[in-house]
Amino acid sequence: MTTAILALQGAFAEHAAMLDALGEPHFELRCHEDMERPFDRLILPGGESTVQGRLLRDEDMLEPLRKRIEAGMPVLGTCAGLILLASRIIDAGANDRTIRPETHLGTLDVTVERNAYGRQLASFATTESFEGIGTVSMRFIRAPRIIETGDDVIELAHIDGTIVAVRQGSQIATAFHPELDDDTHIHELFCGL
Amino acid sequence: MAETTKDRAQLNRELAQMLKGGVIMDVTTPEQARIAEEAGACAVMALERIPADIRAAGGVSRMSDPAMIRGIQQAVSIPVMAKCRIGHFVEAQVLQAIDIDYIDESEVLSPADDIYHIDKTTFAVPFVCGARNLGEALRRIAEGASMIRTKGEPGTGDVVQAVSHMRLINGEMRAVTAMRDDELFEEAKRLEVPIDLLRFVHEHGKLPVVNFAAGGVATPADAALMMQLGAEGVFVGSGIFKSGNPEQRARAIVGAVTRYEDPEFIAHVSENLGEAMVGINKDEIELLMAERGI
Repeated sequence: MTTAILALQGAFAEHAAMLDALGEPHFELRCHEDMERPFDRLILPGGESTVQGRLLRDEDMLEPLRKRIEAGMPVLGTCAGLILLASRIIDAGANDRTIRPETHLGTLDVTVERNAYGRQLASFATTESFEGIGTVSMRFIRAPRIIETGDDVIELAHIDGTIVAVRQGSQIATAFHPELDDDTHIHELFCGL
Repeated sequence: MAETTKDRAQLNRELAQMLKGGVIMDVTTPEQARIAEEAGACAVMALERIPADIRAAGGVSRMSDPAMIRGIQQAVSIPVMAKCRIGHFVEAQVLQAIDIDYIDESEVLSPADDIYHIDKTTFAVPFVCGARNLGEALRRIAEGASMIRTKGEPGTGDVVQAVSHMRLINGEMRAVTAMRDDELFEEAKRLEVPIDLLRFVHEHGKLPVVNFAAGGVATPADAALMMQLGAEGVFVGSGIFKSGNPEQRARAIVGAVTRYEDPEFIAHVSENLGEAMVGINKDEIELLMAERGI
């Protein structure tokens, strides 16, 4: 089973290191031509979702990836990756809480609020329990949060009542960065899908 | 559990990790910030005058008006950085007070202190600093910088200094990697850096923080050159909004940083970009900003 890691921008090397630790084969997805290489799973890393969304469109990768995710290909999205997957996106501090007209992949039935905790001074780390794994360390960097989930979405972790990790079929998404820790449990869970 | 200084430093290094593979663009207005974000900038640097204009204007160059920075913070959702003068810890306090995402303690502005840099370990907000060589890079990290960039020569559109700084830093790191353990003490003394940071370089062959290229990048090929030389991302200052078609050039540079090893792609995005910024050769300028703050 080969994992493709979206490598348009952001912390993709950190995900590669996690897969190396697990002995899982992987390669970087940088452009449309890379899509021709066979892969079974996809990781959407942390970074800036606006940049990644722009480049997914420029490279004509958005539609083919969406089709494969809808067909059941396992995908793990972390932070910006969660925003790429979300069906509904709200900007932080948007007074009217209007949903942005534009989503990216839009395959995950959740509403996310971008930069929900604030700017960098509000970034934080904590430990919380994660469904099926136990206590894991969670690092939130200018993080989004999940404010609403659809019926098919299972909530995997919460912090102070806020949903920070979900699963819907073969899609797992976290508001935090499991790639920034030594703990490989979440990547193991993903590779077991 | 109370957060420690070490925890905060780690979170600040991690924000830089999220910027990797991206382009940070200098902007002077909310409108430029929106163009940069739309083109795919991973962060913007808010400043009143871009380096080329600072160079042309002369005089003393200071931190930007906080109201101007706030205007840019409100215009975009990506991280917003701003510059303070080397050693000017009160400008840094002001930038922290307005909730900036990253402070650039920058040689582009006039230095406020010709001996001491800011003690960045006393701040919660992260700092990026310029470096020309491994000694400067590790001294800035010891002072608390959570990201490094080459100094290059800002506002020139001439990439030569960024290239030589990146080559020097990486070359010095390769030499440190090849040293015997007992040679590190002397090397730390020679470079005037803490031994623990030098040991990190010895063991890992890289800096303990993210390292971007900056200072003179003007074209998609310049950006890809810096990436192939080992930069983890690129700052573009005067190069975008001093050019004929900023929007198209910004998008081309963003694309070239992602596909930096793909010459056909770089050829494609470099076509019909219009006028690049008018460069100034480093030998034609009197003020070498890179010599500030060593």
